[in-house]
Amino acid sequence: MPQTESSINYTEKTYYIKKELPKSLSTLGFTLLIIGVILSLISYIIDPARASFGYLTAYIFLLCIGLGSLFLVSMEYTAGAVWSVPFRRVSELFASSIPFLLLLIIPLFFSMRHLFAWMNPEVVAGDKVWQARMSYLNVPFFVIRDIVILLVWWLFYHLIIRNSRKQDTNLDQKLTTTNIKLSAAFIPIFGFSVSIFSFDWLMSMVPKWFSTIFGVYIFADAAWVGFAVVTLASVLLTENGYLGSKIKKDHYYSLGTWMFAFTIFWAYIAFSQYMLQWYGNLPEEIIYYVHRWNGGWKYVSLILVIAHFIVPFLFLVPRNSKTNPKILIFVSIWIIATQYLDSYWLVMPSMVNNGFTYSFSLLDFAFPIAAVGLIIVLFAAVAKKQNLLPIGDPKLKRSWDFHL
Amino acid sequence: MVDEKRLFGIAALFDTPDEILHAAKKVSEAGYKNYDVNTPYPIHGIDKAMKLKSSKLGYVTLFFGFFGASSILFFMWWTLSINYPLVIGGKPYFPLPAFVPITFEFTVLNAVISTFIAMIAIVFNLPFNSHPLHDTNYMKNVTSDKYGLVIESEDPNFDEYRVSELLKSLGGNSIELIQNPERKAIKVLEPKFIIFLIIVAGITAMSTWWTLNKFMYLPPWNFMSNQNKGSAQAESSFFYDKHEMREPVNGTVARGFIPYAFEGVVDTNEFYSNPLLPTKSVLALGQKKFLTFCSPCHGNYGEGVSRLHGFFPAGPTLHSARVIGFSDGKIYNIITNGQNGIMPSYAYQITRDERWAIINYIRVLQRAQNPKPTDFSAISEINKESGNASN
Repeated sequence: MPQTESSINYTEKTYYIKKELPKSLSTLGFTLLIIGVILSLISYIIDPARASFGYLTAYIFLLCIGLGSLFLVSMEYTAGAVWSVPFRRVSELFASSIPFLLLLIIPLFFSMRHLFAWMNPEVVAGDKVWQARMSYLNVPFFVIRDIVILLVWWLFYHLIIRNSRKQDTNLDQKLTTTNIKLSAAFIPIFGFSVSIFSFDWLMSMVPKWFSTIFGVYIFADAAWVGFAVVTLASVLLTENGYLGSKIKKDHYYSLGTWMFAFTIFWAYIAFSQYMLQWYGNLPEEIIYYVHRWNGGWKYVSLILVIAHFIVPFLFLVPRNSKTNPKILIFVSIWIIATQYLDSYWLVMPSMVNNGFTYSFSLLDFAFPIAAVGLIIVLFAAVAKKQNLLPIGDPKLKRSWDFHL
Repeated sequence: MVDEKRLFGIAALFDTPDEILHAAKKVSEAGYKNYDVNTPYPIHGIDKAMKLKSSKLGYVTLFFGFFGASSILFFMWWTLSINYPLVIGGKPYFPLPAFVPITFEFTVLNAVISTFIAMIAIVFNLPFNSHPLHDTNYMKNVTSDKYGLVIESEDPNFDEYRVSELLKSLGGNSIELIQNPERKAIKVLEPKFIIFLIIVAGITAMSTWWTLNKFMYLPPWNFMSNQNKGSAQAESSFFYDKHEMREPVNGTVARGFIPYAFEGVVDTNEFYSNPLLPTKSVLALGQKKFLTFCSPCHGNYGEGVSRLHGFFPAGPTLHSARVIGFSDGKIYNIITNGQNGIMPSYAYQITRDERWAIINYIRVLQRAQNPKPTDFSAISEINKESGNASN
């Protein structure tokens, strides 16, 4: 029988009764956040320069999670995906860190003199290349364009998520159409702006280094970890009955496939960047990898290859593992941890460029603890007010019938 | 009539995807194992309804993927690091990052081709290249708008009557008995013929090898290629420095090459005379080379007005009484060795014949500045001739 299109007045409320998330979740989040913030403050008092690098690491991590989740939402609308509809609200909850990025960037603006060698006028005065770059890398322009980019992300987040939530109560199909248009506009803007943002905050830390593929690298990271957090939360919520009873293992399959695809995509992009610069061996390019190969960084780089590509690849290759909740939970936690390592690897070796010496410090763990705590707190706080399923979405009924 | 021994299976057609899902479920519940479903497009959930186990084909892909990766890595390691080590771009003998793209491509190629071959080998039962379902009414329907199910006779529970009844009860129509095609043994693959082929191939290979490597070197043949001689790049067992290739004896002159005795001698009283006559082609060559090499400094007409606008010292005019008085040999010597430390040697840019041609052309330029009365009458005669010719 051909499946009948769900009517406008159709709701799935019968399948879904909202269950409150356990109190322990937000308690855990607050505990982590408070511990993290206290430790971060301690590390800031001990060494403000070092702490600003750690803060940037955590910021990039949060940015990847927020943007990756919003990207997943907009992908679902643009592609007209059916399987992912029950998980869309989870992605939206993770994207709720985007408004906070606007707040959290303020301390970064105040620590720019620690982060960037080009903030030092003596360095710039002695170098023609830097002088030529100052028309782009000057503080007012830098600050303005990054705030504009964050505002644009926040705007799209606000519009898309507002429409999606409105649909829960008014069941208006036109909101889906509006969101499709918004998402189609967001994706190219996102691709362009994430490049600029990563060029500003990560690439300009390494003097004279440039890599045109770098924005794509950050995009690959963002999408990868975005899918990982969504997978982790979706699988945990479904297995504990928060998303209704109609989600099958078939729905998990594409979550696993997304993580698998972006594992390979990251490897492809990271290797493309590495191979060209390794083969060219030009002093201004290879310095980026030299800093990531000196001393103990050699082992971090090698661990990154294994943890970021080989382990998730091997775990996700078998078809069954993409529908196995235990493997999905394990791999997504692995991915989130590895993503933090990747942010760390992107930021920390660049300390050398600004005259600091890097040595491992236990206080580096302060920032990831705070970041994870913040995400859990935000998730729990927003989830309290919202349905965990987009119950007004016209594609929801078709999504229940989805199978491989 | 239906031949019991050659029965492949019983097929039925269904009208909708829901019916085929239902039928597949019931057939698997009835305990049948060897059956298949054919649909015009993939139907979601059919593998669950059929209780299919996951395909084993992936293991073929996995094995040949690993095989491809390791074999190409071994190949590149052996050729570029062991057998003929080459330094390329200052990279180590085993530049792993440079090998990654090739390894990747070869892995994919190997895995895909072997999966494809394994698939058709299993489905068609190679060397046969068709399936019993081909060319049946059933196949015509399931490739356009019907959904088909076929229960094969190999199934342990197979019973012609009960299977047809089951399919009918599930709503299947146009029940069809499908025969195995008469598979005659393929003559080319008979053992006798294959052994014969192997023997012929062996004899041909051995006799060819013996003819080319042994027989042709027996007397009375005496090939020029097979002589006692040094080979340019080979190692010598005779010379002390082990080079077969020797340097020429001092003073050796190449064929067709006349050395210039005053190379590097700027001031000399002995000169050669011009071996070239001022013919049309020589003057054309001289003009071309003069405009290329001489005119930047000496000017297009040798008038000493340089095109270099003072970026390089302007050359002197070639129309002075002094230059007109130079012998051809002296000008040749100047072009070859340079002069005054400002004009460099053009020995490497301008060949010997070209130098003499340039000198002929300079003489023409000089004559054009200081014509003799007879030249005018000669020119007017030439003009008259060409005028007549054009009329």
